[in-house]
Amino acid sequence: MTALTDDTLPVTPRAMRDEMIVFAAMAALLAIVPLTGIYPFFVMQALCFALLACAFNLLIGYGGLLSFGHAMFLGTAGYITAHALKVWGLTPELGIVIGTAGAAALGVITGVVAIRRQGIYFSMITLALSQLLYFIYLQTPFTHGEDGIQGIPQGHLFGVFNLANPTVLYYVILVGFLGGFLLIYRTINSPFGEVLKAIRENEPRAISLGYKTDQYKLLAYILSGTLAGFAGSLKVFVAQNASLTDVHWSMSGEIVLMTLVGGLGTVFGPVVGAFVIIAMQQYLAGFGQWVTVIQGVIFVVCVLTFRRGVIGEIAHYFRRSL
Amino acid sequence: MQALYAQLLVGLINGSFYALLSLGLAVIFGMLNIINFAHGALYMMGAFCAYFLLSLLNIGYWPALIIAPIAVGIFGMILERTMLQWLSGLDHLYGLLLTFGMALIIQGVFQNYFGSSGLPYAIPDELKGGMNLGFMFLPIYRGWVVIFSLVVCIGTWYLIERTRLGANLRAATENPTLVRAFGINVPRMITLTYGLGVGLAALAGVLSAPINQVRPLMGADLIIVVFAVVVIGGMGSIMGSIITGFALGVIEGLTKYFYPEASNTVVFVLMVLVLLVKPSGLTGRAT
Repeated sequence: MTALTDDTLPVTPRAMRDEMIVFAAMAALLAIVPLTGIYPFFVMQALCFALLACAFNLLIGYGGLLSFGHAMFLGTAGYITAHALKVWGLTPELGIVIGTAGAAALGVITGVVAIRRQGIYFSMITLALSQLLYFIYLQTPFTHGEDGIQGIPQGHLFGVFNLANPTVLYYVILVGFLGGFLLIYRTINSPFGEVLKAIRENEPRAISLGYKTDQYKLLAYILSGTLAGFAGSLKVFVAQNASLTDVHWSMSGEIVLMTLVGGLGTVFGPVVGAFVIIAMQQYLAGFGQWVTVIQGVIFVVCVLTFRRGVIGEIAHYFRRSL
Repeated sequence: MQALYAQLLVGLINGSFYALLSLGLAVIFGMLNIINFAHGALYMMGAFCAYFLLSLLNIGYWPALIIAPIAVGIFGMILERTMLQWLSGLDHLYGLLLTFGMALIIQGVFQNYFGSSGLPYAIPDELKGGMNLGFMFLPIYRGWVVIFSLVVCIGTWYLIERTRLGANLRAATENPTLVRAFGINVPRMITLTYGLGVGLAALAGVLSAPINQVRPLMGADLIIVVFAVVVIGGMGSIMGSIITGFALGVIEGLTKYFYPEASNTVVFVLMVLVLLVKPSGLTGRAT
């Protein structure tokens, strides 16, 4: 059985240095975006999805668990934040905290159920759980069903930063993304992350070494869900709405697709994948349902010929871990 | 009481579809180690095949019941030969991703040409009308769907559990290398198995065409429910999938009568309960 990421290289000090250089370059590039005249809304949206895909990748790339229901964290946190801002009139920072906490709670509840099975069953269970949540959100009044929660006030973060200003909002989203990214990076290079990789490679052996693998998997799942929820809360300020699309299974599929295109189990792959897919959706928006077909084709091509993804191929070519 | 029996019947019909689809998934998973995410899309293709046969070639329901599963089965075998077979030896998850992509393509293409609304498909003349059973009114077509599905399910069970072909198949599931050493062409058997599983899905599609209308996304949500059915029943046993499928359909029907708000979610809630009590599923082996 070939594992998901065939040849992971050990993280040596040199590899760490490579990654820090790429990270610094990425942060610098993203920081000058508002000066270049690129439509900031597009980049903000892509950043939210990039964080979401990174959170998803933490689970599949390092824990070997393919969640096909990650949209539930995106949507849940989005709904809670939107409701907190609009109906309760809370400040943005409180809205984000409550939304992320909601996703964390959802992670605990669904995680306890989902990690009872491995492999393919785990994917089916997470998909079914997110569909369960979809129907619940379709029927509960606070989500406003098909309409969603719209016209959400953006407010002032910490009472200072006016989020209605696109440039200010952009830097707030960027800081949120970079913070989440560094947290994930720290996690995969921690002793906890090493145990996760060991479980991915050979769970029975990890058990025989005395690790309570279920606890590790549950913790990784909750962390991944919480960060995905954080991305969902940030996205509320960009899109100013929260709707059923964010909980639908097709959204979960898009998250998988972004990570697959960028490279499963690579540090920067999900970011690249998110930008590629979001850009594709922007440019092909006029083609209607053909976008779905193209997404399907990308899935098929990636799985058949391009399993390492963009970053995975680059890293493989240079024999580096990225 | 009338309403209760009517919902029970609807439940049995949905249960027939769950059983036919989860049966196909289980058979495919046994041989290919792939969870076929495209199953819902192929179910939809079965229904569309019947629709095309009637509207373009004026071929009616009865021939469609045979032609559609064979046509879609052949389409499935082409998919297996051209794509799925390259995944053997890779992690199971790639199979799920590949078939998910195939489902997106198939459903997207049909949506482009037919939108999202339903196309009508008439009940064949022989099965029109209904019967008064005293305690309820039974539309003949619906009774036919339940009985015919049951027959097909039992037939598939017999084929796999009681015939020489089925014995080879089960042996190849356990140890393909050894079975090949006996001179049995295992790759061909895998292709035929995929064709069989897909054919069952297409058959369910034809059966549902007169009841649920023919829509490009008719299989998209259904397949997620069927996944939950498979998680509940486990994929270790053919009979297990059949019984679980029908039972969950009936439970869903009862929920529609007693607490309609939960009818969409009851299968998923049951899945959660089963996972908490017996993680390996009702009939499955631990994985």
